[in-house]
Amino acid sequence: MSASTEEWKTIESGVRDHIPELHPAQVRNFGKWQYHYRPRPGVLCHVAESGEKLFTVRCGIQRQMTVDSVRFLCDIADKYCEGHLRFTVRSNCELMTTEEANVDKIIEELEAEGHPVGGTGNAITCFAHTQGWFHCDIPATDASGANKSLMDAIFEEFGREEMPNRVRLSTSCCEINCGGQADIAVVIQHTRPPRINHDILSNICELPKAVARCPVAAIRPTTVNGKPSLMVEESKCIVCGACFGACPAMEINHPEYSKFAVWVGGKLGNARTKPTNMKLVAHGLPNNPPRWPEVAEVVKNILAAYKAGGKPWERVGEWIDRIGWKRFFAETGLTFDKYMIDNYRHARISFNKSAHVRF
Amino acid sequence: MSEQTDTQETFLHPTPLLDELEKGPWPGFITRLKKLANRTHNPMVRGVLDQLEYSYETRMGYWKGGVVGVRGYGAGIIARFSMIADKFPEATEFHTLRIQPPAGFHYSTKALREVCDVWEREASGIICMHGQTGNLQLIGCTQDNVQHIFDELNKLGWDLGGAGADMRSGMSCVGEARCEHACYDTLGAHFKILNNYGDDVHRPSFPYKFKFKFSGCPNDCANSTQRSDCAVIGTWRDDIQIDHEKVGAFIDNNGLDYVVNSVINMCPTRAIELKGTRDIEINNSDCVRCMHCINVMTEALSPGKDRGVSLLMGGKGHLKVGNMLGSMMVPFMKLKTDEDFAKMIEFTDRVIDWWAENGLDHERLGECIERLGIQTFLDAAGLEATPDMVEHPRDNPFFKAAY
Repeated sequence: MSASTEEWKTIESGVRDHIPELHPAQVRNFGKWQYHYRPRPGVLCHVAESGEKLFTVRCGIQRQMTVDSVRFLCDIADKYCEGHLRFTVRSNCELMTTEEANVDKIIEELEAEGHPVGGTGNAITCFAHTQGWFHCDIPATDASGANKSLMDAIFEEFGREEMPNRVRLSTSCCEINCGGQADIAVVIQHTRPPRINHDILSNICELPKAVARCPVAAIRPTTVNGKPSLMVEESKCIVCGACFGACPAMEINHPEYSKFAVWVGGKLGNARTKPTNMKLVAHGLPNNPPRWPEVAEVVKNILAAYKAGGKPWERVGEWIDRIGWKRFFAETGLTFDKYMIDNYRHARISFNKSAHVRF
Repeated sequence: MSEQTDTQETFLHPTPLLDELEKGPWPGFITRLKKLANRTHNPMVRGVLDQLEYSYETRMGYWKGGVVGVRGYGAGIIARFSMIADKFPEATEFHTLRIQPPAGFHYSTKALREVCDVWEREASGIICMHGQTGNLQLIGCTQDNVQHIFDELNKLGWDLGGAGADMRSGMSCVGEARCEHACYDTLGAHFKILNNYGDDVHRPSFPYKFKFKFSGCPNDCANSTQRSDCAVIGTWRDDIQIDHEKVGAFIDNNGLDYVVNSVINMCPTRAIELKGTRDIEINNSDCVRCMHCINVMTEALSPGKDRGVSLLMGGKGHLKVGNMLGSMMVPFMKLKTDEDFAKMIEFTDRVIDWWAENGLDHERLGECIERLGIQTFLDAAGLEATPDMVEHPRDNPFFKAAY
């Protein structure tokens, strides 16, 4: 094995220096940008104090890239962008040029290869999503496939800037929610306590670690068929799945009982209102590969209602704050139920402790 | 528009469910993975597609973790072994290298092509851009080749990122490289601070993960408040800069009603007033630096000149107590000179040391603060209490002050 023969001494270089990686116009105008505007959806123009303009074309990519798709983007960057490109935190690719005439050419070449241009301003942009069955060790679904299906379903909105404000989306393949908080988030929800494989548990799990992992102290040591194992007090269990990460013998995923839930109103920035966590508005939706049509329907309905009812600059959560949750449920056709009322720590904070009511 | 791959190719096995994902206009990962496999005839890619098809059929995942690493490091490689390698022997191993990208995900094509060449020659050719923590993820190699691949990448100037209970790779917005709102150099801060913690990135010794994220202004495009234990968010102390002439031009172009409805009325602290019919006035002592008016009137308004950062701490994702947003710990500090950075790192060292001493297994900083109490944390971190830290003073009557 190559590991035993030390040929190269590792250089602990850490984060690669960004300065050689920046577009030359970014270096020239570093810290001296004055304002920006958007000539069309998917294109930004940043104007520097010097008057220099830097055009950015933003396009969708499939996130699970191949060397071929990376090289394709590099080809465009070599042709039009002085050999530089960047990516956004929501997996868009950005191609920058100081030549306005290059913008249309970049767009044309991207679109010919199936990379849509958009995701700027008041548009939707790619779901921040996780790996799923493709690569994760604890997934209940394939977030990569769900993202592809959902983006297909709401594709037109990527290339338009017609929402009241930007819409951030995420999807996650377990309740750890690596996709993160979002205006609309689609997250797997476990519905039943873990199934315990007592035959292997003590061989593959550290028992105290798994016990300590439980946020509600529902896991207890026990003995099954003479072997040490663990048991779950099912009435206490909140089906979070935390134990599964520590102990793979406590299988939380299930082909039928892992469902999708939809959450809305997570807000990332500080503009106008403070950042907020997202709230549950639908659950028990089937985990239905390869296209997850039931989930797509809910997301489409929420987007349509927000687009119709939101005032300029209102994010999804701010729109709901104004119209109230009752009207949100009426306008989206979703059904409020008792499970949407928090019953965990500090739950009363979310109760309506007032006589405020809308009729 | 359909972008289905050529079904005449014989290298791949049938994947009817995955093929459904070749339909539709959004760029399809299946289409491109199939193209890659058909071009390179890499059996690992075929095996992984076969196993993924089986996941779609059975609605279960089949990867398990394990321990795969490189010399001298305790983190950075994510091991994936197939649980059903007897069924899909080509997918037996599918490990990931987490690579720390340049801050702000900026790349030269030269640097990216070098990665692609190594990764195609030595492994699957699949690259995730990017992981939610902020890594360039090279997905799909075998255990016996991982050291060699890392050596090759390391020679090209790349290093591994964090994983497990350690300092995780950072993430930053584009910052001063291409944004007029940036109140500090997010890219430089990311580079300096993460590299200060290089040892902790590579050698897990914390209770759990610790993340830094860097956003240039309160718009927080790096999602730092929600996604990091230490959110470094640009802000300013003095007055919003107003170009009164451009305010007038903005009102001429957009109408007085737009400015009233979409700027003045949306100010969260009612700090803006209309002045005549072609100007506005901002009461800066009422302003909370939310960014809304600046976002709307980007040409006319900009952050003040006395710029620095706020530090919000304790943000984290769902497990185990639900999502926690970071909360204000340091309302303002400068972050420009070497001395500023030394001061910041001295502070974060204190915080991390306290958490490392006191945190339970798998307990993030925010959970640790909640369990042990904010007063304990403030004392350990050497922070004076300020009203900026709270929505309001306590309304719970029971507490034990010094006596």
